[in-house]
Amino acid sequence: MSLSKEQIAQRIAKEVKDGYYVNLGIGIPTLVANYVRDDIQVEFQSENGILGMGPFPLEGEEDPDLINAGKQTITALPGASFFDSAMSFSMIRGQHVDLTILGSMEVAQNGNIANWKIPGKMVKGMGGAMDLVASAENIIVAMMHTNRAGASKLLKECTLPLTGVECVRKIVTNLAVLEIKDNAFHLLERAPGVSIDEIKEATEGELVVNGEIPEMKF
Amino acid sequence: MINKTVSNVEEACKGIKDSMTLMLGGFGLSGIPENAIKELVRLNIQDVTCISNNAGVDDFGLGLLLRKHQIKKMISSYVGENKEFERQMLSGEMEVELIPQGTLAQRCQAAQSGIPAFFTPAGYGTEVAEGKETREFDGKMHVMEKAFKADFAFIKAWKGDEAGNLIFKGTARNFNANMSGAAKITVAEVEELVPAGELDPNQIHIPGIFVQRIFQGKDYEKRIEQRTVRPKK
Repeated sequence: MSLSKEQIAQRIAKEVKDGYYVNLGIGIPTLVANYVRDDIQVEFQSENGILGMGPFPLEGEEDPDLINAGKQTITALPGASFFDSAMSFSMIRGQHVDLTILGSMEVAQNGNIANWKIPGKMVKGMGGAMDLVASAENIIVAMMHTNRAGASKLLKECTLPLTGVECVRKIVTNLAVLEIKDNAFHLLERAPGVSIDEIKEATEGELVVNGEIPEMKF
Repeated sequence: MINKTVSNVEEACKGIKDSMTLMLGGFGLSGIPENAIKELVRLNIQDVTCISNNAGVDDFGLGLLLRKHQIKKMISSYVGENKEFERQMLSGEMEVELIPQGTLAQRCQAAQSGIPAFFTPAGYGTEVAEGKETREFDGKMHVMEKAFKADFAFIKAWKGDEAGNLIFKGTARNFNANMSGAAKITVAEVEELVPAGELDPNQIHIPGIFVQRIFQGKDYEKRIEQRTVRPKK
């Protein structure tokens, strides 16, 4: 069974370690916060200027001066801080943020990522994604394995304008957990009930399968 | 104390002309200079270049200038919330330069600080780096980005005093702090303007030296773009 978006987030949450400062992108990455173990100390950074981001506010307690990078109303947890945009990206480019989780439209087997523009069709902009992928040592991409048309998003080479070069190390999709090294996707885990053949079928780039591939555990 | 107060938004916007380059603070609709934007619409300034992280929504924020076709060029990092924006961009009616958000912030900060250019890894190997100088530092490639040059910066703070000192609230600080002092004239509008001496100097986020004009804003809507809540139990 291919994973739901919530399950992708749940699997990624296991990569969040004690003491991490984490930046979550828009979409599936935002859901990761819901599944992080509560016995570890973690702070979420949102690049519009908050460290220590909490859950959505209770109904009636929304504050227009308290939003995340997705422009959603949020709360601030005890220990939180606010800051300006330049300082926010000092945290990111300065590698003070330990883990970046973001969505993508395409990832290539060399770690290139494309997620900000479809020429002539959709141009939303890169937001903070280019700064994040250029700087972070530890980037996890959260996305569906194929697009709506059924085409693979794990490619030999990106076809869309790039967001960053040779920066992605790990990908969690609805079908698999993969690591990028030596110019190939290395299969680490498969979604429960998903066969290696299904993953091969959905992966356009070079896929390396070494030995027994365990099913994901949640 | 050097008094920076002006009596209203009309006075604060004196000297604005067509074709100028303007910085506008805010992230999404949070912390945008609502009063100044309305005044720019009223003045019907034409062909302006706007430096702003986002472009508002269709009927609020910079969207108000967009739908009157007052903007010649936008320099932003993310414009996904505005259909009219996307239409004008794809049809070529408006010129758009999309740049990484951290680069946008730092180009403001550099202008404020008198640093003409800097190197950042953001955008290396992408179309953002095309035509720009690149250089390797410690084995990693970087792109040279330049400080912005702007005529006016319009920013919004929570509290301010007559001396132009500013305090922001929550995530409404964003680009407002970095754009202060980054243009020839910085205009700050505040929700609450108080006499000098009433703000604790320890709590000031932006000192008044970066602000040329400050005024008491009015009729703030402070719209929420994505209202997300947890139900009360």
